[in-house]
Amino acid sequence: MTYVIVGAGPAGVAAAETLAKTAKGSEIILVGGEPEPPYSRMAIPYVLTGSVGEDGTYLRKTENWYEDRNIRYIHGRAESLSTGDSALRLARGEEMKFEKLLISTGARPIKPPVPGLDLEGVHHCWTLEDVRNIKGLTGEGKDVILIGAGFIGSIILEALLESGSNLTVVEAEDRMVPRMMNQVAGNMIKAWCEKKGVTVLTSTRVAGVAQADGGRLEVDLGGNKKTVDLVVVAAGVKPNADFLEGSGIEVEDGILVDNHLKTSADNVYAAGDCAKGPDYSGGWSVHAIQPTAVEHGRIAALNMAGQVTPYKGSLQMNVLDTAGLISTSVGLFDGVEGGEEAEDLNEQRFKYIRLTFKGDYMIGALTLGRTDQVGVLRGLIHTPVSLGPWKQKLMADPAKFVEAYIDRTQVI
Amino acid sequence: MQKSLLMIPSKCTGCSQCELACSYAKEEAFNAAKSRIKIFDFPEKSRHVPYTCTQCAEAWCMKACPVDAISEDKKTGAKIVSAELCVGCKVCTIACPFGTINYQQDTGKVVKCDLCGGDPECVKICPTEAILYVNADATGDARMREWAAKSDEASDVTPN
Repeated sequence: MTYVIVGAGPAGVAAAETLAKTAKGSEIILVGGEPEPPYSRMAIPYVLTGSVGEDGTYLRKTENWYEDRNIRYIHGRAESLSTGDSALRLARGEEMKFEKLLISTGARPIKPPVPGLDLEGVHHCWTLEDVRNIKGLTGEGKDVILIGAGFIGSIILEALLESGSNLTVVEAEDRMVPRMMNQVAGNMIKAWCEKKGVTVLTSTRVAGVAQADGGRLEVDLGGNKKTVDLVVVAAGVKPNADFLEGSGIEVEDGILVDNHLKTSADNVYAAGDCAKGPDYSGGWSVHAIQPTAVEHGRIAALNMAGQVTPYKGSLQMNVLDTAGLISTSVGLFDGVEGGEEAEDLNEQRFKYIRLTFKGDYMIGALTLGRTDQVGVLRGLIHTPVSLGPWKQKLMADPAKFVEAYIDRTQVI
Repeated sequence: MQKSLLMIPSKCTGCSQCELACSYAKEEAFNAAKSRIKIFDFPEKSRHVPYTCTQCAEAWCMKACPVDAISEDKKTGAKIVSAELCVGCKVCTIACPFGTINYQQDTGKVVKCDLCGGDPECVKICPTEAILYVNADATGDARMREWAAKSDEASDVTPN
């Protein structure tokens, strides 16, 4: 059997490793679009701060890891796919025949339609190459504008601030991390970042970027102008699925997959940031997060190898460190109609916890200023754990979620 | 035969000596907040429950780690964090459904129980034998493992 995996991020690597274990003797080809060994975008901010080198981002650290598992890692970018004759065409013209294909091509950053974003000094912070380009433009005395305070923008924020740069963050929506945080938490994160010396402009759009003297850039913030050394664009991402045009594979805001991670074509699967898969909280979603990528990769590979394995659905969950304030969000933190919610808020101490419920189950959670046992939130929601009498106790004191988990899952 | 930690809540007095022994062994500080094992109190049931990683086979933390910083100690079965490789991204802390791998802000790394290389300090210090280190198949954490299996991403349990 010949398995081709296009995309060598966490989903692709997890799939290749799973196939190597479960489909012994098969040919496994992992195609990566970037020149480096498979690496993690999650670790990129830490290269920017210098706390790790580029090799610190590599997904696997053991020498000959892929070779030892008979995984052939090659470089190439997908150009088109013909499902009819099971062939993937790469950008340099090479055609690869496969029996089963996994698309794990991930996502790429969006450039919003703002004039001047093609100028030198405007960068994304998405690839190792981006980090190399940005590094010299940050540091003490440098002025930096970050466009976008979503999840990725907020991760980069920490690294840019740590570099000593004078940092301004511009977010079109009315709060920071709008899709991961509610108004209360988003505003608290903004207040925290401002305390740490970041200028945070919410409900603000960049009207344009123009060349200024000395290689600097003038950023028009809708009237108010600012001259900076670097503009970092983190205004969202979109799946790398353009090469599927004409293939017949169904794509919405991600490649549609069923609960076995199979696309609309019989021998083609999709996983990770490019895939729109079953959402544990209901329906189908793109959950562009590391744990989902790894789960997708593993489950897709098992199904590709003939071990029929349904996927229970990914749970949206994020953890964020904005200049030392740690926040987590899990599942349906806004709550649902007919559901209930509990909150505990201490704005002065930057502490917040919010839990949402439906019937006997927790369905979502937000925390601010807590690092201990936050994984239990996933345990309660994703297992799921029936709360019984703990529902009322958590309504009164939401911070007791670990006790609820222990009492409901162990004999004590 | 690999061994596991077995907690017996009915024997735990909540004295916190395990937390202090752990934090001293791992951080050279008597600071329960830095312990890998935590005692949770249930006053209504007059119970104290020692709680730490079960070194589960699913190894959610290890699978979720994007930089290969968590590995298995072949001797003990413990999942071990390499402080050198950990970048502090915290993904493991939300991926682990037991909440037993946690981020430490002062070091910028995550920490978890590593079974002290096969000679757990918490077991040695516990004055009431509420924490034992016994053959894995004999432990009461079978129930916890059952829950681990239930929360496996491949299963099809739904809330409704």
